[in-house]
Amino acid sequence: MTAHAWTLAFAFLILGPLLGALLAGLDRILTARMQSRRGPPLLQPIYDVLKLFEKDTLVVTSLQTLYLWGFLLFMAISGFILFLGGDLLLSLFALAVSGILLCLAAYATNSPYSNIGSSRELMLMMAYEPMLLIVPLGFFLVTGSFRVSDIIAGEPWQVLELGGILIGFLFILTIKLRKSPFDLSSSHHGHQELVKGLTTDFSGSDLALVEIGHWYENVILLGWLYLFFAPLGVAWALPISLILFFGEVLVDNTHARLKWAPTLRLSWWVTGLFGVTNLVLLSLFA
Amino acid sequence: MSFITKSPWILHYAATSCNGCDIELLACLTPHYDVERFGIVNTGNPKHADIFLVTGSVNEESRKVVENLYAQMPDPKAVVAIGACALSGGIFRDAYNVYGGIDKVIPVDVYVPGCAARPEAIIDGVVQALAILDERAKERKRQRKMVAA
Ligand code: SF4
Repeated sequence: MTAHAWTLAFAFLILGPLLGALLAGLDRILTARMQSRRGPPLLQPIYDVLKLFEKDTLVVTSLQTLYLWGFLLFMAISGFILFLGGDLLLSLFALAVSGILLCLAAYATNSPYSNIGSSRELMLMMAYEPMLLIVPLGFFLVTGSFRVSDIIAGEPWQVLELGGILIGFLFILTIKLRKSPFDLSSSHHGHQELVKGLTTDFSGSDLALVEIGHWYENVILLGWLYLFFAPLGVAWALPISLILFFGEVLVDNTHARLKWAPTLRLSWWVTGLFGVTNLVLLSLFA
Repeated sequence: MSFITKSPWILHYAATSCNGCDIELLACLTPHYDVERFGIVNTGNPKHADIFLVTGSVNEESRKVVENLYAQMPDPKAVVAIGACALSGGIFRDAYNVYGGIDKVIPVDVYVPGCAARPEAIIDGVVQALAILDERAKERKRQRKMVAA
């Protein structure tokens, strides 16, 4: 581990949420512009979270706060490993654990809305985890290593070899970012049928923890996307991954929500068609 | 200034209204008025809400819901009554089945008149509620410090 890697990893811990908040703010402005509205200020997500800390926190069960801290902790660990240039698989597993802890937190509160939200979230995890697992495998077949630092040092044309996996990853990115048509676990807008699903029973600082976790998640997912283009150098990789990242906003605004069964079917089809095929081709010819 | 004034999330409930005021209220979210400019978000969840916007003249059925929603909102919070019905019962005032006004049921901070209340008036009402919320947020902070000490 070089000093540079450690700086990057600690920078993620401290500046990660800030960057994630800016991404979320930009997302909200873009969404508003697509609906020909002006939209909120760029720093709105930060105002929201600071406000949540001013509010009272209604505690349904003291377990919820514990689970939420766990969610945040594992999210941070996942990102820390990623930005340290460590093992991509470890980062992936930490991400999965943090997702499960969020579901547990929602299950712990007894509201039927959060229960439905978390069972839908578990269903979504089943939809995206296979594809998410294929991504490190693909990197391994191309670069011969699971380490992020080796992947970054790979060949510039690795993204071409991983074309199918990139398409599959972009597909599940929509699920991970909880965008339409796959926002069924948290219903993007609070006034819809699920009244926010997962987070229905969280208020005040608990809800703020969830938001901060999502900021971390934004940065981690952007980091994963960046990995595909990383060998091209920052000047190319960063703009490309940002454009693809915000492409999700367009998808979000042009699609209605799907039910869980079509979601599962569709994502497994995409996983099989693009992810697995790409993997098989790689192992045959590489 | 507290951050609650920069990100007030609203909860909207129609307590036996004719829906005239509700349509005007929802118009505030459309591109023409776009209240998200001020960070205002319409949540359907009392546990996430800061400002409770109620329309209608309240009868026995909706009284329970109004009280319940109000109780579920975490402090600091504010209530805005919208429309003639919510202020005094409006044209339904003499009906045998209505309470006639939100303040018969829960404490109201801002009254927005009109039948139906115009979107501009509703936004103005919310902005006035922000000043009250700001006060309450500071008060709440003071109380928390006293408890901790
Ligand atoms: S004030 Fe008028 S428009 Fe509003 S709910 Fe009452 S009758 Fe309907």
